[in-house]
Amino acid sequence: MAEAKPVERPLSPHLQIYRPQMTSFSSIMTRITGNGIVVGVILLVWWLLAAATSPDYFNFVNAIATSWFGDLVFTLCLLGVWYHYLAGIRHLIFDTGRCLEIETAEMLGWVCVIGSVVLTLLTLIIIHL
Amino acid sequence: MRYLTDRKRAVGNGASGTGTEHHWWMSASGVALAFMIPIWLYIVGTTLGTDQQTVITTFSNPFPAILTALIVVVGMRHFAKGAEIWIEDYLHGTAAKATKIAMHSLAYVIIATALYALGKMVFIGLLLGAN
Repeated sequence: MAEAKPVERPLSPHLQIYRPQMTSFSSIMTRITGNGIVVGVILLVWWLLAAATSPDYFNFVNAIATSWFGDLVFTLCLLGVWYHYLAGIRHLIFDTGRCLEIETAEMLGWVCVIGSVVLTLLTLIIIHL
Repeated sequence: MRYLTDRKRAVGNGASGTGTEHHWWMSASGVALAFMIPIWLYIVGTTLGTDQQTVITTFSNPFPAILTALIVVVGMRHFAKGAEIWIEDYLHGTAAKATKIAMHSLAYVIIATALYALGKMVFIGLLLGAN
């Protein structure tokens, strides 16, 4: 019996031969942000658990959550949340069959990138008022 | 000669085996999260950096407690089912299955921990007479 040999096919997406473009970049960023946000969620839920545990434990976790490291993680996650938010809305629009022309799709990619930075700054300003 | 009719080929659950269920679920949970996220970011953003008593008092109130529970439950299910998609692109066979199980497990651990913390803070809040 001849063994069925698996053929070494290139896996999709073919990143090695792909010219960087707005539509592929914005799609990959949706994945990276969607998965990256979990780091901030873990830190935040740990902080909630500490608040419910004891003063000593809260002081320990709160020091990490409000340190430069915590600020960095939460700010990057905030940027990630807003990017994923806008990219998700973009996909809901795509699902209706609209805005699929290349120029419109690329423009919406820029809306996600610039919009997420604007919304992040806006959120930081509002919560620090 | 084709034994399957055009209709028979089109109707059914396709290569995924689950039809459009996954895509529809991600869209529906995404819309739900879109409504909740802005308000929740404000609550968390303004509570981070306060003292423990304020944190407990805030999250023992019904609205922040229920909203945070919803965000964590819906958000972590959205995360785990979303992670399946990139896993299916980059991993195959046993590695894909193991990674999917790990992602779902991580999501469930986060959900359970958050619900435990919220429940305990609501309880402490009651003892403190905050509500």
